Amino acid sequence: MAINRRTFLKAAGLTTLAGVAGHAAMELLAPGALEASGAPKVGEYPEALTAKRWAMLIDTEKFTTAQVYQKCIDACHILHNVPHIPGDQEIKWLWTDSFKHVFPDQQHALVPDRIKNQPFLVLCNHCDNPPCVRVCPTKATFKRDDGIVMMDMHRCIGCRYCMAGCPYGARSFNFWDPRPFIENIDPYYPTRMKGVVEKCTFCEDRLAKGQLPACVEASEGALIFGDLANEDSEVRRVLRERYSLRRKPSLGTTPHVFYLI
Amino acid sequence: MYNAGKIIPGLVIFLGLVTFPFWSNLGRAAFEAPELVFPETEEECVESGDWMRANHMILLDDWRDLAVRDNLRLYSSETGKRFDMSLTKTCLSSQCHANKDTFCDRCHDALAIAPHCWDCHVVPSIGEE
Repeated sequence: MAINRRTFLKAAGLTTLAGVAGHAAMELLAPGALEASGAPKVGEYPEALTAKRWAMLIDTEKFTTAQVYQKCIDACHILHNVPHIPGDQEIKWLWTDSFKHVFPDQQHALVPDRIKNQPFLVLCNHCDNPPCVRVCPTKATFKRDDGIVMMDMHRCIGCRYCMAGCPYGARSFNFWDPRPFIENIDPYYPTRMKGVVEKCTFCEDRLAKGQLPACVEASEGALIFGDLANEDSEVRRVLRERYSLRRKPSLGTTPHVFYLI
Repeated sequence: MYNAGKIIPGLVIFLGLVTFPFWSNLGRAAFEAPELVFPETEEECVESGDWMRANHMILLDDWRDLAVRDNLRLYSSETGKRFDMSLTKTCLSSQCHANKDTFCDRCHDALAIAPHCWDCHVVPSIGEE
């Protein structure tokens, strides 16, 4: 049987139409039935804390003694199996630094003594425009929709571009196997291995189960955590009332850790 | 045939090398699946045993990516049972495969597989592995 171009095009057109219409009809009449039915489903915990944009406020007036800082730092470092390595190869998720290092642009000769001599709590700023994410060649570090700058340790190749990119020094490299430097390993949080970079994750695994970050819980109100996109949230209320600073805002990274002065 | 004196011994040597895995194993005991210690209290795994035996590595890989990258941590199995998508909190928990040595390692060692999971993840019952 000979087939000419006209018949062929007609048949091809009808076949395409039937395919598209058939699929559309199936989707309309029985949504989802074409995909593997009864397949296992994954989801979030119903009690998970969610936000459009997570942010943290650090009330510097409430951090009056070294113990308060240490409580937050210990809560974080013990929970996340952060090793204690002395010297310049230290690993830190949450630590303190002086005013002139934390806010170099704000430093001048007449800064009040309270501010000048007070240590400031510092951590990953979970920037809106994170340089670490831009430079990561494997997408091991990435920004989630809720603003958290996350680490996927399985993908990190230890190139340390992110450490060069981060203007806040928030990232630490594991020069050694960290396990010998951890006093009591919490088996329910993985340690890291030699050759990966780590940092604060805003306790995203705790948020997923409805708990606030460990440092916020330990801080007795000195740290406030919430949704910056929600006008009625506590973080927004406090930011309306109190003056706040962010670290190195001129770099355009838009950090989301605010210091209440 | 030209150069038969070189080609035929060459072929014999080549075939000998290529078939090395077969003749070197002649006379040895056949591979036997290692005896595993299954959980005493828990009857049901995340999915059926046969499926898990073949696909546990894919399941764990999926769980890892879903939890870390998509923030999805609750898994509903074919039977509708729910699980926390976590290697240490679910699979290696005290009710299930608490002893990695008599479960994970027996098969992995027999098959000469060395997964990287435990470089970072800790076996709860043993502490530091």
